[in-house]
Amino acid sequence: MIFLIILLPLIGAALNGLLFSSGLIKKDHESERRIVSIIGCSSILLAALISTYLFIQLIQNDNPAGIIQNSFTWIVSGELNISFGFLFDNISSVMTLVITWVGFLIHVYSIGYMHNDKSYARYFMYLNLFIFFMLVLVLGNNFPLMFVGWEGVGLASYLLIGFWYDDTQKAYAGRKAFIVNRIGDFGFLIAIFLIFLVFGSLNFSDVFSQAANPTFMENVPIIMITAIALLLFVGAVGKSAQFPLYVWLPDAMAGPTPVSALIHAATMVTAGVYMVTRCAVFFSASPLAQFIVVTIAVFTAFFAATIALSQTDIKKVLAYSTISQLGFMFMGVGIGAYAAGMFHLVTHAFFKALLFLGAGSVIHAMSDEQDIRKMGALRKYLPITSKTFLVGALAISGLPLLSGFFSKDQILGQLYERGFTIHFAVAIITALLTALYMMRLYFLTFEGKSRVSEGVMKKLHESPSTMTVPLIVLAVLSVLGGYVGVPDFVGEIFGVHHINAFKEFVWAAIPVEQHHTLGHHFFSHWDLLVLSVVAGLLGIGLAYYFYIYRPKHLNKITRNEDFGFLYNASNSKWYIDEVYNHTFVRGFNEISKLSFLFDLNIIDGLINKLASFTSGLSDFISKFQFGLVRAYAAVMTAGLIVIIYILFATLN
Amino acid sequence: MEITINHYILLSFLLFAIGCFGVITRKNLIIVLMSLELMLNAANLAFVSFSRFYNDNTGQVFMLMSLVVAACEVAVGLALVVSIYHNKQTINIDVLKLLKG
Repeated sequence: MIFLIILLPLIGAALNGLLFSSGLIKKDHESERRIVSIIGCSSILLAALISTYLFIQLIQNDNPAGIIQNSFTWIVSGELNISFGFLFDNISSVMTLVITWVGFLIHVYSIGYMHNDKSYARYFMYLNLFIFFMLVLVLGNNFPLMFVGWEGVGLASYLLIGFWYDDTQKAYAGRKAFIVNRIGDFGFLIAIFLIFLVFGSLNFSDVFSQAANPTFMENVPIIMITAIALLLFVGAVGKSAQFPLYVWLPDAMAGPTPVSALIHAATMVTAGVYMVTRCAVFFSASPLAQFIVVTIAVFTAFFAATIALSQTDIKKVLAYSTISQLGFMFMGVGIGAYAAGMFHLVTHAFFKALLFLGAGSVIHAMSDEQDIRKMGALRKYLPITSKTFLVGALAISGLPLLSGFFSKDQILGQLYERGFTIHFAVAIITALLTALYMMRLYFLTFEGKSRVSEGVMKKLHESPSTMTVPLIVLAVLSVLGGYVGVPDFVGEIFGVHHINAFKEFVWAAIPVEQHHTLGHHFFSHWDLLVLSVVAGLLGIGLAYYFYIYRPKHLNKITRNEDFGFLYNASNSKWYIDEVYNHTFVRGFNEISKLSFLFDLNIIDGLINKLASFTSGLSDFISKFQFGLVRAYAAVMTAGLIVIIYILFATLN
Repeated sequence: MEITINHYILLSFLLFAIGCFGVITRKNLIIVLMSLELMLNAANLAFVSFSRFYNDNTGQVFMLMSLVVAACEVAVGLALVVSIYHNKQTINIDVLKLLKG
């Protein structure tokens, strides 16, 4: 059954790719479009239904080991024995449900969004291929198979970012994503090698049962576990766009908008969070690794939020918002609150997919205009899009009772209770900034005065139902998705114990002791809850004040001599791309030039010198071949005389 | 004066030297072949002389053998000369230097 979940998207990709994208079957655009959509969407829908069925079975059987299916032996070499096996346990089932259902909604949305694209079949083939690799990533029951999925989603992401490869900039963006990810993959690969070195196996169940066994771990140096955890995190930093490897994600917005929603918001970029959760034993065993993960996560969240404040491209704002929210997820998994991190992953998948699809709907309506300075007052023209977008924006801002509120609050609460006080303070400010930039985006796009140009205004229209229905479904999920993980202390008031079903479900599959808070803290659960609500509301209020109530105040601040430079820096993304260009890219070019010269002069030069010496020697020797028969005879005679002379001389 | 083995050997040596000189100095292929023949016969003379001197017939047998070989060689050599003349319109041996390095 698990095998079917993975196989179906691959079959969909193969059919669309081999039959239509390859040009084997030629049909008019409209009928080709219909068949391709049916193949693409139904394969994902079937996979989603099967995974839902398995999920229900998993809950009913209450089996923490999960459903394991070993298909065949894949690699055998010495001690190494890797089977092509899949694991459907509590963690991967959550991921699979998110991937297949959100993936299905985005497939349906794409039918409307890509309506007129000439490479319609190619688009759906890539999208199915991505789902296939993503499912391999989360369902594989060993590290190499996870790595196959890991690389595969990188490939699918590259193909889809550069989908419109006619535009050089977009092709470059795809390449940038691929190359930056390579750095992270390198760390991941070394981590896999180290795991094999220490544990002698790459199977999840073998490795984690050994890692959870104290007698085995006594002989393993802690520095080794820290190294494994940090190298795994390097992989996660690349794939999940954390500082300093986040630079590819904003550029990845060059791809079609549904792709940004599916790959660069809801699923692929959360692979790192999934991987850290999966490898919880390593992180929980190394406080140093945890500290580094949390610090990078908090910094990334804050840093990306400051950039998102001033971006003018609707998708760029969402891209930086995604980076920031991924930072929140890593805060959760970094401190050992794996369920909280995974919970935020799920709710984020709902509302960020919703926001991206909403942005896509806006871009679709605005004839491919992405600059929010040229939007405004779109609420009248896009009633469904604007309402669903508002739901998403409020959910991510942490407005009480929406999904983002529950998940973010759990991360913030855990952060404080586990003693990361400074990190907690920065995270609260980030939550405020999140609300501020999201509502800024909403106000600039849908409210205020219209800044839409005449030509675009005439064509303004609400998107077709294939696009709005997924928006509505996702909006409902963004509102209700949080109620599977309501914090326990909230449930206590209503007399319900163990209300946080999500937390218990995920923890059941993690072989790590749950952390119980010790001692008394200055803030109680409720104080923290109120604090994060206040931060969210303050952000929304500030956005209202600056963008609706008194827009002129904003200009005063941004043009102010004292802090105007801060606005400029944020607008220019803190010049990180420029810094990377000047240090790494140019440095790499210089090194390449040097090594080219080294190759040309030293390596090639040596060989060339040797070759010219040999050919010179043979030139010299060939001079002895006069070609004159008489001369040969003369030399022979002379030689004979010499030999005879020597013979006589020695005889006597 | 009595003719001793020394005289025969001296004659044989002179014949060989003249033949060798001819092979080295002359350009005409036919004359080169003739000089070669002279060198062969110098060797034959030495064979026969020693044969008589030691009263051993083996030398004479060898001489007959080499005569036959020389005859064959001349036949082949002259055929080559004819063929070379057909191709090059000359039998100047210095023209034949295709193997010059």
